[in-house]
Amino acid sequence: MSSKKRKNLTPTQQQYQDFAKARELKIPKVKNCVRAFLVGGIICTIGQVLNWVFITYFNFNEKTAGSPTTAVLIFISVLFTSFGFYDHIAQWGGAGTAVPVTGFANTISSAALEHKSEGFVLGVGGNMFKVAGPVIVYGVFSAFIVAIISVSIKWLGGM
Amino acid sequence: MIKGHQTWVFESKPVIIGSAAIGGPFEAQGALANDFDLLHEDIWLGQDSFEKAEKKFMEQACETAIKKAGLKKEDIQFFMGGDLINQIISSSFTARTLGVPYLGLYGACSSSMEGLALASLLVDSKFAQNALAATSSHNGAAEKQYRYPTEYGAQKPPYAQWTVTGSGAAVVSQHGKGPRVVASTIGRVVDMGLSDPFNMGAAMAPAAVDTIEAHFRDLNIEPSQYDLIATGDLGRVGHEIAAELLKKHGINIPKEIFTDCGILIYKDDQPVFAGGSGCACAATTTYGHFISRMKRGELNKILVIATGALLSPMSYQQKESIPCIAHAVSIEM
Repeated sequence: MSSKKRKNLTPTQQQYQDFAKARELKIPKVKNCVRAFLVGGIICTIGQVLNWVFITYFNFNEKTAGSPTTAVLIFISVLFTSFGFYDHIAQWGGAGTAVPVTGFANTISSAALEHKSEGFVLGVGGNMFKVAGPVIVYGVFSAFIVAIISVSIKWLGGM
Repeated sequence: MIKGHQTWVFESKPVIIGSAAIGGPFEAQGALANDFDLLHEDIWLGQDSFEKAEKKFMEQACETAIKKAGLKKEDIQFFMGGDLINQIISSSFTARTLGVPYLGLYGACSSSMEGLALASLLVDSKFAQNALAATSSHNGAAEKQYRYPTEYGAQKPPYAQWTVTGSGAAVVSQHGKGPRVVASTIGRVVDMGLSDPFNMGAAMAPAAVDTIEAHFRDLNIEPSQYDLIATGDLGRVGHEIAAELLKKHGINIPKEIFTDCGILIYKDDQPVFAGGSGCACAATTTYGHFISRMKRGELNKILVIATGALLSPMSYQQKESIPCIAHAVSIEM
């Protein structure tokens, strides 16, 4: 815990928090990392196979095969989310299912499914990006900052 | 009659003449499945939203409890309901169906014993002949409101808890046969500054300890007078903390009689992390399992301490800590 937050606590509260912390079930970080590596790796391998299939059998080249590969992975992820077992894979695989494109598809489809009961406009439309929204907002914003830095360096005659 | 600082002693000993526990599919696979009155295979109960399903659970629990008490809903004077959904809609909508004068309660997961204590108070003070207390929770509805969409793939820590899907209800009456409510200790809000909404057990344990201490102090009795002392939904983490804190404070509850509804309700091999939670956790375990055991003669006197975390999804995003509460009710056969 940050020291600033700790300062606002009474000594009894601090004492209890240390006491409780010692009895908390530990998150198995190493196990989680290994599982994330495996699951993330498997998802990326499936992606690589799809990529190869699109290049070999469907007249795509290395540059253009990325889009259909991503689309297929998104489709599979949405299908798994809808059938209700993506979250079980995620509980096992952790960050391995969150990082590739499948995780992003899951955030959007799960929110859309969840809020369908509130109607298509305010429910699905209004809540679809509830979890994915911050990623888009800060993704676009940081890309903008990086672009400005890159342009400025070029303009000053660097690189 | 008040005894000590915060304990009510019900001199007429109001009787729980009917009680019911309704559960979902996960509870059907759990350790206490036999003590439920009705178990559903479908968490939706044929409804088109989790919230509507939860209301259905509560309606069924109330209907079953009234039926088991041998009464009609016209015989119930007051209904006390509580749940976890925003603006306690499950309770209010059930009250709409019942058409009985209604008091809505919010004490998070402590609402079950809060309701039973208030119903007993009304009956004991002769302000009601028969009063009904019920609470409900729904795993999907609670996840949706407090955390992420149910199908969202986020990894939960091992100290997280699983919200019980179901509802428990009890009819308390002036006369009749059944377990009797003898006393109740109303808890204070205790906040130890914890702010992780996944670690409810550790946040709620001090509140449970505070209420248990107050109960024994006010009544001036020993824990050994009880056959069973059960906390509501502390789970494995919180229950262990509570047991150690009590020992530190000089209250020795024998290990074999001190348990937790959140630990009892599911089997060890079910993926429920540290145990069950939710308004239905203490309610279904008390009104189903404990009362069945009392009727079978296995238990004579029990103390149930329902614990509640009084946070909202907004309060923890605004970096507030989690205030907690616990209410205890003493029941004897």
